Amino acid sequence: MEKTRNKIKTGKGELAVKIVMYVIAGAFAILCLYPFFQVLISSFADEVTLVREGYKLIPSKFSLSAWRTLFADQTIVRAYGLTIGTTVIGTALCVLVTAMAAYALSGKKLKYRNFFNFIYYLTMLFSGGLTAYYIVVSKYLNLSDNLLVYILPFSFNVWNMFLLRNFFNDIPEEIIESAVLEGAGEWCTAFRIVLPLSLPALATVSLFTAVSFWNEWMTSMLFIHDEKYYLLQYIIIEMVDSISNKNVSGAPAGESQQIAVTFQLATAIATIGPIVLLYPFLQKYFVAGLRVGGVKG
Amino acid sequence: MEDKNNATGTRGVCVNRLKKNDFVKNAGRYSLLLPSLVFMIVFAYLPMFGIVMAFQDYDPIAGFFASDFNGFANFRFFFASGEWMQVTLNTLYLNALFILTGMLMSVFLAVIMSELQSKAFTRVSQTLMTLPNFVSWATVAMFSVAFLKADGIINSAIKLVGGTPIDFYSNPDVWVEVFVILRIWKSAGWNSIVYMAAILGIDKSIYEAATIDGASRVRCIFSITLPLIKNTVVLMTIMNIGSIFKGDFGMIYPFVGNNTELLYTTDVIDTYVLRALSTFPNYGETAAVGLYQSVMGFVFVIVSNALAKRYAPESAVF
Repeated sequence: MEKTRNKIKTGKGELAVKIVMYVIAGAFAILCLYPFFQVLISSFADEVTLVREGYKLIPSKFSLSAWRTLFADQTIVRAYGLTIGTTVIGTALCVLVTAMAAYALSGKKLKYRNFFNFIYYLTMLFSGGLTAYYIVVSKYLNLSDNLLVYILPFSFNVWNMFLLRNFFNDIPEEIIESAVLEGAGEWCTAFRIVLPLSLPALATVSLFTAVSFWNEWMTSMLFIHDEKYYLLQYIIIEMVDSISNKNVSGAPAGESQQIAVTFQLATAIATIGPIVLLYPFLQKYFVAGLRVGGVKG
Repeated sequence: MEDKNNATGTRGVCVNRLKKNDFVKNAGRYSLLLPSLVFMIVFAYLPMFGIVMAFQDYDPIAGFFASDFNGFANFRFFFASGEWMQVTLNTLYLNALFILTGMLMSVFLAVIMSELQSKAFTRVSQTLMTLPNFVSWATVAMFSVAFLKADGIINSAIKLVGGTPIDFYSNPDVWVEVFVILRIWKSAGWNSIVYMAAILGIDKSIYEAATIDGASRVRCIFSITLPLIKNTVVLMTIMNIGSIFKGDFGMIYPFVGNNTELLYTTDVIDTYVLRALSTFPNYGETAAVGLYQSVMGFVFVIVSNALAKRYAPESAVF
């Protein structure tokens, strides 16, 4: 009798704990989604109504004018194209260079591999600092106001190289050995055998790389002087700066409203970019790739 | 005749030596390293040499190979200004808060997510939680305008419950909290994946044995899950401490920009250098600040690695 009562009691307690856990997880997930939803739906609101009534879960009056203005805005459309271009070309080049180095240093074939590992690893620990980097790129390479500045400095990623190398290390030695016995050269082995066997890892690294190209802005700030060649993210940053700074400096309210609120919101949504739309479908690769990297820290 | 033999003999040795040289034997494999080595030397090692600028009266025309040295004059400027204390403390304080709150929240989420039994629910909520990680801070800064402005969502909510609205963009004191919250919103879900992986690796039979012995779920969390993922938590925290001297300008600059009213709490070493570089740069002085940061950062990496060796030997990086 005593025993059964205990059982029922714990059963109820367990159920309560279970419910609380679902509620917390669900609440945090909704909290993560809510800002996206609010900004997206408000970007379709009517400007005057939005300013008068404030933000609502469902705006009382809809309008497409913000998005129409956005698509007609030459600066933003051009920046969008430029950002897509640098992302595609940059990602392709960076993943290629990174994967080549990762394959070379994988396995135990190279006698001096630890020396190269060290050379690469050192750059993760110590850097020359922003100033020296700035001088090298602008003075010695003369890349200021040159679109290559968006791609060349980011053409190799040490962190991703080690991540890929760890992944390549897990490919059975016999597969590579047999390719070499068949007379395949190192380049052929790399591109015909090792890379095709590593598509999940390459997908992960490509997505990380693409996201970092898409989100890049400091290069525009430091090296580009012509507004025409700014990347999307830097245009957003300048917009935020002008909105938040004008509110502070006590400028008349009318002036700070020059950029329509709905237009700001539409721009913010547009800047998120196509990568995020792909993300839910590619999540399993991300997670798998992260675990591969986590094995060796 | 003898001479000739000798000649072929030495040539043979030479060829043998060449064959033994790994760079020759595995030339194909080494050649795959070439592109990355070039990028590495140009964009990482050449700037390292540029550190000499910190000790130079830098002349933009002569470059850092030919400018005159001026000893520690560049450092004197930064350390005499009093600003160095401010930006150093801001950097360390903000990063320490990010590391601590981020770790607590990620572990908390990971434990909860791994206890859920519904696969579909877990997958959907994990997708939503990791989504913000892939959005840039610039976009988040733009979103925040809708939330933080005088007539924004947060102030509307405050007015609704009868509180006094907060003027976010001219009040530096609230930004520490704002950044901590935004940081959790953006990356706690993503960072929890590492801990979830660690929890998934725990032997299920331990939980079964504990349940048979009458342990509740909460008890299992505190007596099994948390002790068994301790190493992962220590490793991740130590890695983060290693970069505690790197201010997150990627996050801070998009929000603060050139808004001088917020600098008091939000200016970190990196934003200080970036602002100096984009306005009226004295390259020698900004290089000195950069060198100070690099050296301190390097010291922290070494220290945190020593800590790792001591407390979680298998997690030491080198």
